Amino acid sequence: MASTNFDIKTYPGFKAVTLLCLIVLYAPLVVVTIYSFNASQSLTNWEGISLRWYADVFSGPESSKFKEAAKNSFIIAIIAATVSTSIATLAATGMVRGGKFKLRTVSFGLISLPLMVPEIVTAVATLIFFNSIGFDRGIMTILLAHIAFCIPFAYLPISARMQGIEDSYEQAAQDLYATKRQAFTKILLPLMMPGIISGFLLAFIVSLDDFIITNFVKGAGVETLPTAIFGSVKQGIKPNIMAISTMLLGVSVVMVTISYFVSKKDNTK
Amino acid sequence: MLREAHLSDKENIAIDVRDAVKRYGDFTALKKISLSIMDNEFFTLLGPSGCGKTTLLRMIAGFEDVTEGAIFLYGDEIENLPPNKRPVNTVFQNYALFPHMTILDNVAFGLEMRGASKADARTKAGEMLELVQLSQFSARKPSQLSGGQQQRVALARALAPQPKVLLLDEPLSALDLKLRKAMQLELKHLQRETGITFIFVTHDQEEALTMSDRIAVMSAGEMQQLGSPTDIYERPHNMFVADFIGETNLLEVSVDGIADGRATCHLGGGHELTCNAVDGIGVGSKVHMSIRPERLYMSAEPTASEGLHGRVKDNIFVGTDITTIVQLDEGPDFVVRTSNSDRGNKRIFEPGTEMFVNMERGAARLLAD
Repeated sequence: MASTNFDIKTYPGFKAVTLLCLIVLYAPLVVVTIYSFNASQSLTNWEGISLRWYADVFSGPESSKFKEAAKNSFIIAIIAATVSTSIATLAATGMVRGGKFKLRTVSFGLISLPLMVPEIVTAVATLIFFNSIGFDRGIMTILLAHIAFCIPFAYLPISARMQGIEDSYEQAAQDLYATKRQAFTKILLPLMMPGIISGFLLAFIVSLDDFIITNFVKGAGVETLPTAIFGSVKQGIKPNIMAISTMLLGVSVVMVTISYFVSKKDNTK
Repeated sequence: MLREAHLSDKENIAIDVRDAVKRYGDFTALKKISLSIMDNEFFTLLGPSGCGKTTLLRMIAGFEDVTEGAIFLYGDEIENLPPNKRPVNTVFQNYALFPHMTILDNVAFGLEMRGASKADARTKAGEMLELVQLSQFSARKPSQLSGGQQQRVALARALAPQPKVLLLDEPLSALDLKLRKAMQLELKHLQRETGITFIFVTHDQEEALTMSDRIAVMSAGEMQQLGSPTDIYERPHNMFVADFIGETNLLEVSVDGIADGRATCHLGGGHELTCNAVDGIGVGSKVHMSIRPERLYMSAEPTASEGLHGRVKDNIFVGTDITTIVQLDEGPDFVVRTSNSDRGNKRIFEPGTEMFVNMERGAARLLAD
């Protein structure tokens, strides 16, 4: 017999529980996606397929507000992801290649702790910090906050990748007359690239989707896509919100998928 | 006179290790090692794992600091130089070929880092690949090659920048037996052809005997013996070397008398053997004696005055040889090796057969410790 009695699939109720979990996780997303194509003005009555709400996003009464917010979101996400990935790469290099130093465990904890801290706490703390140093709230405060909270997200795939690279490659490079810098740029960096790309995409998505921290630190009149959506929803949910949400969902799914496949790619083999 | 001697030393001694000590915290990995490796020599560091041989190699390469002492490369002190400033290259145990580069780029890497143009480096790398007969694979990635091929690429990559000394860290240990034997000969041949000094690290004594001009046997961070393969095999200095190199009968004996440079030794059970006396081993001392199994032979009748009587306990057939275990009457076991050829007439004896064990002259050696 190929399967054993310990196979989890043979447990009673396995199928039912699995289905329930999948429904709870994905049903809302599926509903929003389907209703974004609804021809009706109503949120609940289905009146046939249409792209009118997508058109509304790009040319409707709120389109200029959404376009401005989307532009802000993408600019912030690109810069925040780039900067945080660079910092995370250096951090990972130090942590993984720095040998055993006294505060290594502590350092690792400090880098990954923000992932566990409730976001609202980070948001309040960041706001208080900016206030106390007299930093005027605006797009810069959003950017700085995003760079900070994206670092641990970028760090995890990069350091995981780096731990899988034996240090004999860099030793071989140095043995073959490469300086430390050349060994890093010509050998270690290319080998780390899948992890770096994966970290970048993760940071990008986290920045693009962030609402709580952004909402706290943004200045008046500066909106990102999530805060613009929230502002719009407060005046009543219209189907165009579902269209924006679906597009945002699409971007996230694409990014996460790329990140998954890139991190799977093992260029050391 | 002195000056001349120094100059010739500079030309003749490739690597001079002087009182090198390596400590990791409280642990001493190398205890004051001094050795001179000659120009154009195939030199092997041999010992069990943890004996410090790889540490010493990595100190020469520059991957480990030298705690105390100095290392000279053709007269220049190098122990404080980083690896990229030392004209020595390493063949790593796991090859460490750069996985994201083609075979050709791997071999060209060292040349480029040394300042050769990309075109020159690639031409030279192509020639190196020809030398190891892998030209047709130059556009492939390392993962597309077999273990033996990767091994040869690693060799080509390390030899391409024409290092003054090539370091090899157990490079054959991942290969199967047949390939390993072929590579042993190829390595030896390559060393002769290039004239580069090779320092080879291995725990495989047979490999060391096959390839080396000289061998340093190491154990527990100390050098036990330095000499040619024949020296080490035929004239081991101590019990560790005798036991580690090849197979041997190690017997506890007591020295009963010494006359005319010959020592009479008591083996227990009334058996006696004479062998060359050794300085420092006097009458009454209890020491070990080493006799190689292939230097013993058996006969039904006593042939020499020293034929030791016993009974066959067991035979082990190993293909090229037959190993027979003979227990002396009330004495120790002897392992006797007979070549599996027609010259050896009847080679497998029934257990219990009465037998005399005889020894070639000079086969027995007393060991100091």
